Amino acid sequence: MFFQHLINGIIVGGIYAMVALGYSMVYGVLQIVNWAHADVLMFATFIGLILATKLNMPVLVMIILAAAFAAILGMSVERVAYRPIKSGNRKMAVLVSALGMSTFLQNLAQLIFGSTTRQFKAIESKTYMVGGLSISNLQILILVVTAIMLLILYILVYKTKVGVAMRACSVSVNNAKLMGINTNLIISGTFAIGAFMAGVAGILIGVYYSAVYPTMGYLLGMKAFAAAILGGIGSIMGSVLGGFIIGIIECLGAGYISPAYRDAFAFLVMIVILVIRPSGLMGAKRIDKV
Amino acid sequence: MKMKAFFSKLKDIRLNRWQRILLIIVLAGIVISAPYIIEDNYVLHILILCGIYVCLTLSLNLIIGWSGQFSLGHVCFYGMGAYITTLLITQQNMGFFQATLLSTLLTSIFAMLLCLPTLKLRGDYLAVITLGFGEVFRLFLTNAVDLTKGPAGIPNIPDPVLFGFEISSKQAYFYFIAIVVAVFLFFMKRFNNSGFGMAMMVVNEDDIAATALGINVVKYKLWGFVIGGGMAAMIGSFYAVYMGMISPTSFAYAESIKMVSMVVLGGMGSIPGSVLGAVLLTALPEVLRSFSEYRMVVYGALMVIMMIFRPEGIWARSNRMLNEYKIRAFESVKK
Amino acid sequence: MNKIIETKEVTIRFGGLVAVDSVNLVQRRGEVLSLIGPNGAGKTTLFNLLTGVYHCTSGNIFFDYKNITNVKAHERTKLGIARTFQNIRLVKSMTVLENVLIAHPECNREGLLGALFGMGRTAGKRRQVVEECLELLDIVGLKEMEAEMATSLPYGKQRLLEIARGLATKPQLLLLDEPGAGMNGIEKEELTNVIHYITEKMKVTVLIIEHDMKFVMGISDRIIVLDHGQKIAEGKPEEIQTNPRVIEAYLGSGEFKDEEEA
Repeated sequence: MFFQHLINGIIVGGIYAMVALGYSMVYGVLQIVNWAHADVLMFATFIGLILATKLNMPVLVMIILAAAFAAILGMSVERVAYRPIKSGNRKMAVLVSALGMSTFLQNLAQLIFGSTTRQFKAIESKTYMVGGLSISNLQILILVVTAIMLLILYILVYKTKVGVAMRACSVSVNNAKLMGINTNLIISGTFAIGAFMAGVAGILIGVYYSAVYPTMGYLLGMKAFAAAILGGIGSIMGSVLGGFIIGIIECLGAGYISPAYRDAFAFLVMIVILVIRPSGLMGAKRIDKV
Repeated sequence: MKMKAFFSKLKDIRLNRWQRILLIIVLAGIVISAPYIIEDNYVLHILILCGIYVCLTLSLNLIIGWSGQFSLGHVCFYGMGAYITTLLITQQNMGFFQATLLSTLLTSIFAMLLCLPTLKLRGDYLAVITLGFGEVFRLFLTNAVDLTKGPAGIPNIPDPVLFGFEISSKQAYFYFIAIVVAVFLFFMKRFNNSGFGMAMMVVNEDDIAATALGINVVKYKLWGFVIGGGMAAMIGSFYAVYMGMISPTSFAYAESIKMVSMVVLGGMGSIPGSVLGAVLLTALPEVLRSFSEYRMVVYGALMVIMMIFRPEGIWARSNRMLNEYKIRAFESVKK
Repeated sequence: MNKIIETKEVTIRFGGLVAVDSVNLVQRRGEVLSLIGPNGAGKTTLFNLLTGVYHCTSGNIFFDYKNITNVKAHERTKLGIARTFQNIRLVKSMTVLENVLIAHPECNREGLLGALFGMGRTAGKRRQVVEECLELLDIVGLKEMEAEMATSLPYGKQRLLEIARGLATKPQLLLLDEPGAGMNGIEKEELTNVIHYITEKMKVTVLIIEHDMKFVMGISDRIIVLDHGQKIAEGKPEEIQTNPRVIEAYLGSGEFKDEEEA
């Protein structure tokens, strides 16, 4: 049973990691938490659902189109809710604005799509038994897609010029601007990449649990955020690691302690981490300047 | 700019002692006669809700606007007050008054315990952790069926008897909440103008400067949660007996967001702002009936728009220019 | 010799950087001591160590012969160490008077019950607090502006307000972090008078960080020079002016000339 829970944990963990990356990258560049991230994810999943059921699109095309929609939505969120804010107490203002954006998207989805849970059957599910462990074709798909996405992101951030610019922005947006980097473009790009990954993750989890509903982003987002904090927000490797840890803890907790409190484990881990080591496993400490 | 001129004019109005007493008498007259004029029970219900939210907004504003801790878990305290009071009334046959006192006390202690480990966190981290507490609390309410009866909630909460009067009609509840609001406002005003309240404001604006002035930052942050949590618990108790039943859905995440948007819309750290924010966001969706479906969408959009165009809220704290501490000190002695 | 503050081998490290390195400092009660040194020499960090914003990696700090190394920042203020900030930290949403009020111990330590239920006695106490604070504002020449918002004051006046606020905590030792920065000649003269008043009439000992050499030489009884976190010289103003190490530290970083102009 232990290994079964472990495998399930790794699979949801991969999804959490993809969502966590979005939080982490945006935080790395702008030092703000993009509260609307999870709601962008939810919107993209609904779009995917519509594309798959109403238009009968092939799965791969559907995922890419829906994720592209997420990327555009993610960029728009930044343009509308974050960039125009230039008040004195900017951090607080951005926090409230981000929360507002999240509330807005969540409830807009409820108006458009209704608040009922919809089924999402894009792929016929088959289960294989390997050495006493059950694994489904969906789980394999999730693993493969997660691995590909993480690899692409790694290459993008560490092996390309855009990646260098992004990393420069995360050290200091102002300095990057002085070096001739178009920081607005990089910020938009960061939101787009994060949202794209979230869109993919949303569709995968929607298909995996065969459930899509307007508040799905909220729980998923919180768990991914917990993962980002656990790994050290701003750190890409940390977020991936955090995602897998949260996924595994959740599945083990649900399996051995209580399935009713499944959703509470991620929160508890997050609370403990924030209290003990707010900079996370792989994050850097910050010193307040007086 | 017109708005600014308007506010600065309002700000300069200073009532003397007699004018103030007259104003209070007029307001009291309006409140007392209101249930006789308004015969529609639905309108009374909305007014009672306004009262509840005014108090809740004040209590959350005390945590966010005064002690400077962005809490997204306010439903935790509100719900805790409601549930503990309900359980004490229905299972221990305690009177409403005693039950409320006890649940307020317990919630305050809980708020302090909750605040202790989070003292070092700020901004987003604090928001997320308090949200986490709220979520764990809701999961607990839903799953601890033995204690809370789970998702179905606890029905048939008896009406309270206070000083020999049984409060059961809408009119009685209206008077009750009116008195509660008046008491809350009175004490908030005293708090705001006291050395204690000013010290808390300094902690909010700049904790390093506060420390350099000999202010114990930790103490004031704790007090923020203790007082705010206790106030929310009182209102939770009122809510429980007023509604006659409670369930976890009344204490979900959206409720916290609603309170936060009231605080933000009105103005962080501002008493008139809290009243304005709460009344506007409670009454407006009811006035524009067709609009009530879009309520949460509008709340969200409002939060974004406010932050872009008027981040300090409708009635910002900076409108508070008069040095009330000084005025009060001299007024009372002259008498 | 009545020592008001003394540090013994005080050191603080931030990662690999040793910001303050084994500094020994002694200040007598009543003397005006200045800390000077090029930018990044560790002057403000030393202030932060003295006031408890940072805690030292090693070494000890004594205030009035009591070891306060592990005393928390706000407790140190209560013991009698007050400070002003280099980058002014006034409370923006408050008036000039309120900014001083909140520093007054009777005001910021008012109990909650007193605040909520206090009647005539609280009011009497408050009146006394207000009067004392107005007196302090009078000393720095801001009494007429007591009802204005603190941030609406010109820069130089804000610095003076910070001094009044520091005095309201009833200190024995007042640390001034670049009190003359951004002041013009007349304002600096005013500042000199205020500092003389504080040390002579109010018997508060003053420790100053300042870049303006003319000002420092005029006001200090003794000067300590820091460079790269270390104390490189100590002595009377005229000794410091001719000390070769000090001249090297300043000329090496090209700062001495700039400061003279400023």
